[in-house]
Amino acid sequence: MDKKIAVYICTGCGIGDALDIEQLSGVATSDCKVPVVKTHPNLCGAEGVQVIKDDIANDGVNTVLIAACSQRVMYDVFSFEGTIVDRVNLREQVVWSHPANDEDTQMMAEDYLRMSAGRMKQTELPEPYKPDQEMSKDILVVGGGVTGMTASLEAAKAGYQVVLVEKENELGGFQKGVTSTVTFPYKEVTKNDIDTLISAVKGNDKIKVVTGGKIEKIQGGPCVFNATIKQNGSTNDQRVGAVVLAAGWKPYDPEKLDAKLGYGASPNVITNVQFEERAKAGKISRPSDGQAVKTAAFLQCAGSRDPEHLPYCSSVCCFTALKQAIQVKQQDPKSNVFVFYKEMRTPGQGEDFFRKAQQEGVIFVRAQTPEVITSNGKLAVEAFDELLGDKILLDDVDMVVLATGMVPVTAFGEDFKAKKAEEEEKEEKDKVEVPADAILVSDVLNLEFRQGPELPGLQYGFPDSHFICFPYESRRTGIYAAGPVRRPMGIANAAEDATGAVMKAIQCIELTSKGMAVHPRAGDMSYPEFFMQRCTQCKRCTEECPFGAINEDEKGNPLPQPTRCRRCSVCMGACPERIISFKNYSVGMIGDIIKSINVPDEYEEKPRILVLCCENDAYPALDMIGLRRMTFNAWMRMIPVRCLGSLNLVWIADSLSKGIDGIFLLGCRHGDNYQCHFVKGSELASIRLSKVKETLDRLVLESDRVRFETVSITDYDKLPAMLDEFAEKLVEIGPNPYKGY
Amino acid sequence: MVNTVTQSILVVGGGMSGLSAAIEAAEAGHEVYLVEKNSYLGGRVAQLHQYFPKLCPPYCGLEINFRRIKNNSKVRFFTMAEVESISGKEGDFDVKIKMSPRYVNEKCTGCGKCAEACTMEIDNPFNYNMDKIKAAYLPHDMAFPQRYVVDPALAKSPEGLKVKDACPYDAIELDMQPKTFDLKVASVVWATGWTPYDARKLDTLGFGKCPNVITNVMMERLASFGGPTQGKIVRPSDGKEPQTVGFVQCAGSRDENHMGFCSSICCMASMKQATYVREQYPDAKIYIFYIDIRAIDRLESFYVKLKEDANVEFFKGKVAKIEEEAGTGKLVLRVEDTISGSLNQIKVDLAVLATGMQPNTSISPVPTPVPYDDYGFIASIEAKPGLFAAGCTRTPAGVSESVQDGTAAALKAIQSVVRR
Repeated sequence: MDKKIAVYICTGCGIGDALDIEQLSGVATSDCKVPVVKTHPNLCGAEGVQVIKDDIANDGVNTVLIAACSQRVMYDVFSFEGTIVDRVNLREQVVWSHPANDEDTQMMAEDYLRMSAGRMKQTELPEPYKPDQEMSKDILVVGGGVTGMTASLEAAKAGYQVVLVEKENELGGFQKGVTSTVTFPYKEVTKNDIDTLISAVKGNDKIKVVTGGKIEKIQGGPCVFNATIKQNGSTNDQRVGAVVLAAGWKPYDPEKLDAKLGYGASPNVITNVQFEERAKAGKISRPSDGQAVKTAAFLQCAGSRDPEHLPYCSSVCCFTALKQAIQVKQQDPKSNVFVFYKEMRTPGQGEDFFRKAQQEGVIFVRAQTPEVITSNGKLAVEAFDELLGDKILLDDVDMVVLATGMVPVTAFGEDFKAKKAEEEEKEEKDKVEVPADAILVSDVLNLEFRQGPELPGLQYGFPDSHFICFPYESRRTGIYAAGPVRRPMGIANAAEDATGAVMKAIQCIELTSKGMAVHPRAGDMSYPEFFMQRCTQCKRCTEECPFGAINEDEKGNPLPQPTRCRRCSVCMGACPERIISFKNYSVGMIGDIIKSINVPDEYEEKPRILVLCCENDAYPALDMIGLRRMTFNAWMRMIPVRCLGSLNLVWIADSLSKGIDGIFLLGCRHGDNYQCHFVKGSELASIRLSKVKETLDRLVLESDRVRFETVSITDYDKLPAMLDEFAEKLVEIGPNPYKGY
Repeated sequence: MVNTVTQSILVVGGGMSGLSAAIEAAEAGHEVYLVEKNSYLGGRVAQLHQYFPKLCPPYCGLEINFRRIKNNSKVRFFTMAEVESISGKEGDFDVKIKMSPRYVNEKCTGCGKCAEACTMEIDNPFNYNMDKIKAAYLPHDMAFPQRYVVDPALAKSPEGLKVKDACPYDAIELDMQPKTFDLKVASVVWATGWTPYDARKLDTLGFGKCPNVITNVMMERLASFGGPTQGKIVRPSDGKEPQTVGFVQCAGSRDENHMGFCSSICCMASMKQATYVREQYPDAKIYIFYIDIRAIDRLESFYVKLKEDANVEFFKGKVAKIEEEAGTGKLVLRVEDTISGSLNQIKVDLAVLATGMQPNTSISPVPTPVPYDDYGFIASIEAKPGLFAAGCTRTPAGVSESVQDGTAAALKAIQSVVRR
């Protein structure tokens, strides 16, 4: 579209008192060649907004630069349908954080205006992506246990069609074999009515149940997933919109447990899972001979909370042991039932159930390392009782029940990367080494994705990405895990977890069908476009995409699947040929912004520092500096980026060759406790930067001119000193020798 | 033609679960009203310094959630608002909302001129009254919406006029009155959260008598740059750096005289706070007095790591009494070591009571009959047809579980709309 740009400069909130507005307007008119330049004392007020609206309606203005406050505020009043809007942050990041009526402050404001005009050169309004294929709103649920069945029912109740695939020949999963359960309100052992749930699922005409089914493969992306499902020897393709992974868990293999727990040494040492099988069969009796159980011992954390086995706590075993102990006690109130525990973990109202077990007469022994002794067919448990402060020996135990933990089904299988490396051998050396996702070939989803067939795990094989703030987010768009495959949980949580995952699946479908991105850029209508003629098949985009959105053909050409894309633009940063762009965000656009910065020559002693900062965290932190009226060096020029992972190295080259003295990159913490909303963006930026430093050294440009720091959104107390210190460092290094060329 | 008004969803409570419920439903295409009683969104988590186990700032995720609201016209939110009554049935509820006066209207730009002009100071509720703020104030640095509030005391005082005149944008309305309005909604998500258990009720633990006995929520503010000490953890009595800090677990929780349930998050919260102290004072000694450390699932690794720290002592035993040592401000904790059986007196500079989560529904119930459990939590997700409980109104929950719960409640609320 032909742009008619208008600049509106607000003089309120101290802007007019701190800057020479006339001169600033002059920059807009002369340097930026903007036809309409207006100032207003209170632009966000009804009258000010009306000025803009009138110009749009009557004057053909379709691109609006608002030189006022931060983009983080007044977002609603400065939003004009069908109009490109850019915000020039004069308030928080110029006048509130720099001295008034100061030459450097004025220069900063003028540069920001030029930079915004520069950005507008290539900015277009995004148009929503519409796939060629027909879009589906159906939901595929993988796993027919409590989680999967609940997910299916909840989706159906919201009006969506469901395909439920269960690998066994009947629905029910683990709970099918469980007679009684413990859940809210945690007062009593309750009868498990799994059959009611099964018949509700079977009787729902929106749910298509495929038992004995296997997912052979899944292709495509949200709304255009194609799942190939095999059942009874025949395969069937199913178009679905989103996937809920509810494939469940397996008990930790008791054969692997330490010998001192006695598994295998006597038939009377069983696991909590085997206890359920026996309870289902009828009376709880001594496994070896069917005699009555007079003394039972439950040993907690059999494998869990053990670095040699499962380092995590399986969360449900305490409840399970309490329930089973009560079952034994209720069957024979005269029996002696002991629970050996490290720590009793019954959070929430679950505490009531712990009390219930105590009331029932279950005896609790706090011991870290109980040992099972078998001799002459007899069982004993020896332990150091921490509360008595003495060693105790429990004789004549009829049955020992080991609390084995939960392992997600996604934790089984060969490591995808290792497998692939074997097949491919090593490729070129000069490549950016991308830290691989931990994907195990667990044969559950069988995604035909370049980056591996299953969801990447974060820790211990549980697939997710942002487990605190956004627990359902996985790194494969449109696929949401729920239930014990996501984290260890019992049925009290699994049903609710399933409901939440379905919510995310429905939301993904609804957003995608409108051409919009899902979390964290929900609603974003831009998407990456590839100028394929210039592609060199280097595969960086396909390897670096944190969400596995890009497959590749046999020649190495990228095959982007836009509905899988989260619009982080990591691919754009990765591409050495710069062929990937968004309508409103591209390598060239940031290049234009950099070019618009006015770089004084070296005699003026006004260095220029480009700051590329994460718009989600570092940028708001910079705003907070202003809000608090703290100050920082005025040589800085901030450019917010979608993610620091979109950093393209050409920006650094462009800046340095233009004479900019230093470049500061502000990204998010990476590593195990990463804070990057796009998981790997900040990390990839730092890896790319390590390459550029070598190049700088070769060009005899000090590599200290480029700095990378991780900051969090609340680091605004530390940021000014970081920025100032970098400015001082650059003074020490001296001016960029390329200045003026 | 269906009446579009009654297809809306009302979410009550703008904390982690309510915020999630509102945004998740809106992003799926539904009209949502979000009602929050504070002057800002974010709830309790906005007052936290860091989250466990990643030790990351809550505002990182909140900023994303606020942006989701900014980008989505389907969410309409009201701050300083509470639900007065609910009538009707699923698919057709009539809800009366009461808004308290903020004395500041939508013309506020956040410029801060009112605060500059104001001399009156009030206790700062955001920092649990540990410091003072101007009576014309931004609730906190990152408050969303970024709009000032005038305290009623200022509005009614002669100084109010001076402050009003200082505003260049005519944003202060000293005669603003409480107002009520009606909403028609198809379903309601009740997510009003929790209140820290009143530590004064734990009469042997010295809170309110000994200034160096604080609660875990206060500790979050002490550690935060926006807190009363700009993030420096010091003894309230004299501003001295604490050399020994005792964390007193189950202060009110797991105690049938107070709250019989376990508040689920306090063990992790105290361990997290131990890292705050350790970071600021490398030589400080820390005691954590506990019954059971409840670090479920992967949170276990945080516990394992902290146990490796020689300066952190996990002391199994319940603190029976806290008294102040005369003259020094130090605290004497009487505690029985349940492992050795010995009775101990341990001196610390600062004691942090891990007060638990009292459900707000036990203080202000839902204004329509719903079943509660023994502790005042709403007894099930579907409290009644069309009204769903989320987050800590249902069970004590951490951040992640609150989001999970809010997300689930959003779907339930959508189903009510679909059923119409």
